[in-house]
Amino acid sequence: MLTLKDLGKACLIALWFVVLTFPLMVIKVNPIDRIITWRWHNMLWVGLGSFLCYLAGRIWLARRDVRLRRIRQGLAEEKPPLSRRILQNPAIWRPLLAAGVLFFLAFPALFSTYQTNIMITALMYVVLGLGLNIVVGVAGLLDLGYVAFYAVGAYAYALLNLHFGLGFWTVLPIGGLLAATFGILLGFPVLRLRGDYLAIVTLGFGEIIRLILENWNEFSHGPSGISNIPRPGLFGIQMSLDQSITYLYYLMIGMVTFTIFVVNRLQNSRIGRAWFALREDEIACQAMGIDKTRTKLTAFALGATWAGMVGVIFAAKTTFVNPASFTFLESAIILCIVVLGGMGSIVGVIIAALVLILLPEYLRAFSEYRMLVFGAVLVVMMVFRPQGIVANIRKTYQVEEK
Amino acid sequence: MLELREVCTYYGNIQALRDISLRVEEGEIITLIGANGAGKSTTLMSISGIVPPKRGEILFRGRPIHELSADRIVALGICQVPEGRHIFPDLTVAENLDMGAFLRRDRKGIARDLDYVYSLFPILRERRNQPGGNLSGGEQQMLAISRALMARPQLLLLDEPSMGLAPLVTRQIFEIIRQINREQNTTIFLVEQNANLALKVADRGYVLETGRITMHDRAGALRANRDVQRAYLGI
Ligand SMILES: Nc1ncnc2c1ncn2[C@@H]1O[C@H](COP(=O)(O)OP(=O)(O)OP(=O)(O)O)[C@@H](O)[C@H]1O
Ligand SMILES: [Mg+2]
Repeated sequence: MLTLKDLGKACLIALWFVVLTFPLMVIKVNPIDRIITWRWHNMLWVGLGSFLCYLAGRIWLARRDVRLRRIRQGLAEEKPPLSRRILQNPAIWRPLLAAGVLFFLAFPALFSTYQTNIMITALMYVVLGLGLNIVVGVAGLLDLGYVAFYAVGAYAYALLNLHFGLGFWTVLPIGGLLAATFGILLGFPVLRLRGDYLAIVTLGFGEIIRLILENWNEFSHGPSGISNIPRPGLFGIQMSLDQSITYLYYLMIGMVTFTIFVVNRLQNSRIGRAWFALREDEIACQAMGIDKTRTKLTAFALGATWAGMVGVIFAAKTTFVNPASFTFLESAIILCIVVLGGMGSIVGVIIAALVLILLPEYLRAFSEYRMLVFGAVLVVMMVFRPQGIVANIRKTYQVEEK
Repeated sequence: MLELREVCTYYGNIQALRDISLRVEEGEIITLIGANGAGKSTTLMSISGIVPPKRGEILFRGRPIHELSADRIVALGICQVPEGRHIFPDLTVAENLDMGAFLRRDRKGIARDLDYVYSLFPILRERRNQPGGNLSGGEQQMLAISRALMARPQLLLLDEPSMGLAPLVTRQIFEIIRQINREQNTTIFLVEQNANLALKVADRGYVLETGRITMHDRAGALRANRDVQRAYLGI
């Protein structure tokens, strides 16, 4: 299965990685003592590691090719992918789901406040991912400025609370509506653009919102941000920090459940079908009488609504907002969640959000290398599973006949 | 039923249609023939509002529609089968057909029409749970026509239904076009490269040359015309 050529290529790749990681892995400069340590043994590990990884990857790809060929020749049955086998067999997914639900419900009791806090962040990204999934995954509109709507929600709570003393529960829907309004405002001029152009304009929009927040001191208090934002209340009960984090956790669980429910309903509705069709073929959609602009605008607005609401929760969680939280990197991470999870797939997006947010946290053990590992995971994923963790199983529906 | 009055349509600065005027009467099959790039597809796109005209008027049952958006025009009963089929490749055949009925709410009527298109093209019923992209070219054309029929149009705009099809399939499709016209009383506006066949099924025809209508007559008369024969029928 492995040819000499593969071995040669593996050697070449090992060599390349050794060169590439040389400054990082071998040289260690200690600026205080002014010594340079040469860690030659690392070179060996990198070389050996990449050599073996490459071979493993080759073998995996070769076996997949053999299998595909056999399927094409009708020699082997096409095995549905693992994710599909799990999702379509109630005997497997029911217990899995129950275990998952129990785990998440018991989480604050099982783990420390610190862990709970991280999990809240992860859950926020789950909702953000599901929201962006409507725009990018389902409707196929590449939005690189999604973070702008997140910022709108966060600042809506911060400012409305600062000036008018509005509480969390009042602002939660307002934040969502405001973000939706911004979505429509942005949508009108840009939705006639397509693909790359849409991406660039939304990217610009995201930056504009951030720059406004940074520079319009009288309005947003500039780079120093707004602090002392109250945490979410519960009928005016006084809560300790621990309690309020637990409360926020369950609030987030409720939010995630609500989002999954709504997004699922949306995808299988008339408008959901129109989004999907629009992604497939715009001219056909127009010929079938689908209002192109309105359909795209609803996708934009509905996607933005979730970002707005999570923004409000974000402000309440950190009790502090400033423009630095709303950089392009955030948009990129949320987009990664959608792409990695599998465009349009709800389960995939949830898994991807949890992995992408929790992984860097738990990789802190490897401190300096964690972003390296993170990047490597992304690259490997895209090479081996470009369709995402859970390739979207669209529910095909049966059309009634007489 | 449909009337175009001095319609001019542009792509950016390029003028594709120059003062097109034509009429379509209720219940007839009309055909528009012309060379590549003459502006046939553009004419249909202008009628269906996907590429709206810059000047001129389009009247449908006496009502101006040239300023309406594409979806409103479909709602009025004009449905286009675009050139190159444009089916939804990832949707199943049944879902493709259902998209055709997107604007309709009468579930009984939709089910009846579904039955009707399946009876026109039985192969589609067999393939109903397959993705549209897996169909052959001819089957895709059948799907595209059926999908448009699901909108229950009064006026059906067909753009080159014979494109890329074997002669036998082409003839079959033309037969069904005539059948739709007869049975459903659907008025049909047919754009074709295959002028010979088109003039055989049509009642009247228009000839388009570089954005201008140069001739119009009864289909039989056009087929007998020496210029048309030389230019489009290859006789
Ligand atoms: N999207 C477009 N952008 C710019 N010019 C276009 C576009 N579509 C068509 N044209 C131009 O408009 C003119 C008419 O094109 P049209 O597609 O209507 O021709 P046609 O008669 O349908 O030709 P064919 O028989 O090849 O389909 C051509 O000169 C073409 O180059
Ligand atoms: Mg054409």
